[in-house]
Amino acid sequence: MRVPILKQGDYVIASIQSALSDDDLVQLRDGLTSHVGHYRSKGVIVDVTALDVMDSFATRTVRDLAQMVRLRGAKTIIVGIQPEVAFAMVQLGLELGDVGTALDLEEALEWLHHECH
Amino acid sequence: MNAIETKVEADRAIPIGRDTDVLAARLAARDLASRLGFTGTDLVLIASVVSEVARNIVAYAGPGEVVLSVVRNGSGLGLQVIARDQGPGIADPSRALEKGFSTSRSLGLGLPGSKRFMDEFRLESTLGMGTTVTMRKWLS
Repeated sequence: MRVPILKQGDYVIASIQSALSDDDLVQLRDGLTSHVGHYRSKGVIVDVTALDVMDSFATRTVRDLAQMVRLRGAKTIIVGIQPEVAFAMVQLGLELGDVGTALDLEEALEWLHHECH
Repeated sequence: MNAIETKVEADRAIPIGRDTDVLAARLAARDLASRLGFTGTDLVLIASVVSEVARNIVAYAGPGEVVLSVVRNGSGLGLQVIARDQGPGIADPSRALEKGFSTSRSLGLGLPGSKRFMDEFRLESTLGMGTTVTMRKWLS
């Protein structure tokens, strides 16, 4: 399942459409990192609303993505973590570290605008 | 594990050999748990736990399988998850259940987190013979 990556001004937006396998997540991470380099983007938004779980692998991959993007001079923000997914992450002791989060796309765009300008 | 428990539905076995099987196993577990009456966060936790044990098989010990069943204990219904492989086995099973312990650069939270959430958790492993994780979550 490939995740479409859209360019929107200074930002790239990946909107996950369904549950993803580990390989899909790794592809997304690498795709977004190379997009940031290619378009010289300042921010990355990942919409995880459709993700069924944020387990240890997904959490690690998102953290790695944010770190790679940061090393390329851009910021990452995750939007749409569902309440039950958030509860599960807390119960399992999974943390996103200092990766930015927002409730929805609008809030994410505002945050990036504030952070990047 | 209790001897009076009975299975109320045929086992559903999902072969685990590659990456996409991990996804198939956790979606099947979520589906069965949902039909059983689990909701909300419990569904996500059950899917996460199955994801962790299935991923361990792919990462360390493939191929193997995840077997899902509905079990009954008196009037209580529960979901049973068995993850088994014929892989190399785990040298130190108690360490594998420690928070932060990982041999594959993961967060090391997979098995310890799973153990905490499930009502019953048993890890059996013999070096050179394989590993079986048996877990149950009862509907409350």
